[in-house]
Amino acid sequence: MDFGFTIAAYAVATVLFVLSLGGLSGQESAKRAIWYGIAGMAIAVLATMVGPGSGLWGLTLVLIAIGAVVGWQLATRVQMTQMPELVAFMHSLVGLAAVLVGFNAHLEIDRVAAAFASADLPFPQPAGLMSVPAYELWLSLTNFAAIIGKKTAVEITILRIELMIGIWIGAVTFTGSIIAYGKLAGRVDTAARKLPGGHMLNAGAAALSVLFAALYLVFADNQIVAILSLLVLTALALFIGYHLIMGIGGADMPVVVSMLNSYSGWAAAAIGFSLGNELLIVVGALVGSSGAILSYIMCKAMNRSFVSVILGGFGGTSGPQMEVEGEQVAIDAGGVAATLNEADSVIIVPGYGMAVAQAQQSVSELTRKLRAKGKNVRFAIHPVAGRLPGHMNVLLAEAKVPYDIVLEMDEINDDFPSTDVVIVIGSNDIVNPAAQDDPNSPIAGMPVLEVWKAKQVFVSKRGQGTGYSGIENPLFYKENTRMFYGDAKASVDSLLPMID
Amino acid sequence: MKVGALKEIKPGEARVALTPDSAQQIGKLGHDCFIEAGAGVAAGFSDELYAAAGVTVLPDAQALIEAVDTLIKVREPEMEEVNRLREGQTLISFFWPAQNAEMLEAAKARGATVIAMDMVPRISRAQKMDALSSMANIAGYRAVIEAGNNFGRFFTGQVTAAGKIPPARVLVVGAGVAGLAAIGTSVSLGAITMAFDVRPEVAEQIESMGAEFVFLEFEEAQDGSETGGYAAPSSPEFREKQLEKFRELAPDVDIVITTALIPGRPAPKLWTEDMVRMMKPGSVIVDLAAEKGGNCDLTVPDERLVTENGVIIIGYTDFPSRMAAQSSTLYATNIRHMLHDLTPNKDGVVNHNMEDDVIRGATVTHAGEITFPPPPPKVKAIAAKPKEKVKELTAAEKRAQEIAAFRTQTRNQVALLAAGGAFVLAVGLVAPEAFMRNFIIFVLAVFVGFQVIWKVSHSLHTPLMAVTNAISSIIIVGALLQIGSTSVLITLMAALGLLMAAVNIFGGFMVTRRMLAMFQKS
Repeated sequence: MDFGFTIAAYAVATVLFVLSLGGLSGQESAKRAIWYGIAGMAIAVLATMVGPGSGLWGLTLVLIAIGAVVGWQLATRVQMTQMPELVAFMHSLVGLAAVLVGFNAHLEIDRVAAAFASADLPFPQPAGLMSVPAYELWLSLTNFAAIIGKKTAVEITILRIELMIGIWIGAVTFTGSIIAYGKLAGRVDTAARKLPGGHMLNAGAAALSVLFAALYLVFADNQIVAILSLLVLTALALFIGYHLIMGIGGADMPVVVSMLNSYSGWAAAAIGFSLGNELLIVVGALVGSSGAILSYIMCKAMNRSFVSVILGGFGGTSGPQMEVEGEQVAIDAGGVAATLNEADSVIIVPGYGMAVAQAQQSVSELTRKLRAKGKNVRFAIHPVAGRLPGHMNVLLAEAKVPYDIVLEMDEINDDFPSTDVVIVIGSNDIVNPAAQDDPNSPIAGMPVLEVWKAKQVFVSKRGQGTGYSGIENPLFYKENTRMFYGDAKASVDSLLPMID
Repeated sequence: MKVGALKEIKPGEARVALTPDSAQQIGKLGHDCFIEAGAGVAAGFSDELYAAAGVTVLPDAQALIEAVDTLIKVREPEMEEVNRLREGQTLISFFWPAQNAEMLEAAKARGATVIAMDMVPRISRAQKMDALSSMANIAGYRAVIEAGNNFGRFFTGQVTAAGKIPPARVLVVGAGVAGLAAIGTSVSLGAITMAFDVRPEVAEQIESMGAEFVFLEFEEAQDGSETGGYAAPSSPEFREKQLEKFRELAPDVDIVITTALIPGRPAPKLWTEDMVRMMKPGSVIVDLAAEKGGNCDLTVPDERLVTENGVIIIGYTDFPSRMAAQSSTLYATNIRHMLHDLTPNKDGVVNHNMEDDVIRGATVTHAGEITFPPPPPKVKAIAAKPKEKVKELTAAEKRAQEIAAFRTQTRNQVALLAAGGAFVLAVGLVAPEAFMRNFIIFVLAVFVGFQVIWKVSHSLHTPLMAVTNAISSIIIVGALLQIGSTSVLITLMAALGLLMAAVNIFGGFMVTRRMLAMFQKS
């Protein structure tokens, strides 16, 4: 079989993948870019099937067909509010696949070694040209075994290191994603939970992983010890993934999900190294760096270092927080509607609460009615609003809110002073003025939406009390703030008939 | 409980303490509302409107006072009204306890509780019942309208076919609530508006309303906000400086609106006789402090007079009453908020909580005792900190800063490149060539990834995650390579991996497509 063709196909696929990521720079080009991604994947799979991956075509096609049906079902049934769960769940699949492929690589090495040993030939290959009997045996090997069969001792060791890294990252991704999925779906307690020992436990597990990795390399020839070390290594990685994500609270999920996204990419890249497959390396690296950048953006939006997010909880404060004075003044739907009817410019700040209450349709209807009256209605999205980067944008898009009135923080923050009414729906920390005013606040320095500069602010909230982070929000006590208590969806629905 | 609004007996007072709207809101607190017949007529609220809002209309004051537990009215009560109060009854109105000691005694003797709306402490929480502010707001607005009524020219400048009209120049002295309202009205009518206040920190508020702050160079400018939002009496030197400034302005201004008040003292004389003489004929002075003696030397309370040189001085003291419909609405709302705080459970049962700063501060007699003056509130209004001036950078400094920023950027980038390059070289020293080939591809791919992903729009981060998720299922290639193995175990595991990756590919791409299709332009 001519593998040159496969390599060429991989090059085409790589270009298509890069284009499909690059196309996401704009909403319209993105719609085209997704097809580049699909085409790239199709080319990659087909080229592998006719090239180095030949064999068992029937089974392969059946499995892909099953996968297609399941994936199709998942994709069409999922609610847009459940998108974070779905993404986390899919990451876990990639992680598990990486673990399986990694283990296979190890088993394959053993099998090749056994084959050479039974023919009384040296393996790994000594440096220099292969002997004729060895070459003949190598010719009988197929697929992946053929790649392994010609490797020298150093190459085999590197191969083992690569597959260990692949398995380790894959396993962390797997359990981490499962826990993230559980937290996002509400099946696992969303509060930060740690086993006694906390991060020492993670550090210990990581140290043990290194130990067993060394063990695996040293006793590579002893099949039993090798496979056992590899299994223990995997178990440790699974534990780290579980414990790491359990220790991170609900509001930090945007970072966690993008971090796991990154990990799934690095796992693929590591597997690519061990399989000697350039396409896997390239695509894994693309995905890995994409996730890393997303994590970085999320961390920056919370003014926290990546490490502090991973270590869980908010950083320590340097002194007592400012006392909040005044009281929260409540308002009823009639009052909000009257003000909205008179306002010219309105900015809506949605948060996770809107997703929880499934209020996006009602918000969209409100937007439509206000816009029909010629008012300037816009949305302000904080980078960490919701549980997934860009979560709010997707929810609003689903509810048919045009994307050109949905703006990000940097674009809209200067417009608040000239805005008549701001409606905050289910967000808290991202509109907290303490981040700017109070150097002792746990969120001091975090970039926030400066909603309090508007003439009037309405906060739709289920009740009094602080949000997830437990930080008092002085916004609620400001003179130009009125609290609109109640379920977000019910509140917005009650406004609709009064907007005329 | 029964709440009843009395008709104002002072001649010319058109306001009323209860409106049909506020009656409905008070009803929600569990109270029943009553009103004396004809109480709202002058403010434009007929008895029928009240009856329609569920208010019981009683024929006269006597019947009302006998029927209700809580009396509400606007002006401070007359002696005859106080003497009709019975034990345990509550009166909510303006009261001016400092000036009306006799009436205070009388109310105490009757055993009635009096809540003085003018004593509501000036703290954030109590703003909703701060009747002084709501009345001052109206007075400020009305002062400009009254001035316009007496001023013979346009406020706004115009260039017409019949010639050019210069804009009116308005000076507002004292930027409290009334002053700021006057500034706002005057600016929106198109006049060139200047404003003066002894508290330098209100300059920002004045400028935000579109007026020009008359700046006074003086060293010991003190912070007036700590006295509860009022200006404190100023030193003689400061006063001299101030008058000097006014003399400088007097010939140029067309309209002067003075609003300066110091609590518990006669109004300071700020616009002296000689300044009036300097003004152009036809100019107007509206003195909102007329009731306390006036800021202008020549003001006569409740009178409009014209000086020899043709300057009109308006000393009306009933500006809010001249806009009775508006002022009644606001005052009734203030009263409603007070009742709201008095009935925290909204069950119609009054809980006169003397621990509450606001209620304690406003209560002047309670349970047979005079409770005036109140202790200082627990929560103090905090004076705004004077703004630290941000130093304007010169062009040279800005340039230097830019260069420095550029240098650090370059340094960081070079350091990063050097470290990265050294690392790659170090790996190259030990690793075999086959590995390095892959490694170079890896490094390049990471680099391309970074370049591409930074450009992704923030709003598309969720689709980005879904699509990278789909793409990371490229691991299917690994499974494809292994599935053809002769070992059953390997084939099985590869098949499993392949299945999961396939789910991911289809799920990921489908869901991304679904999401992207939703993004619609308006």
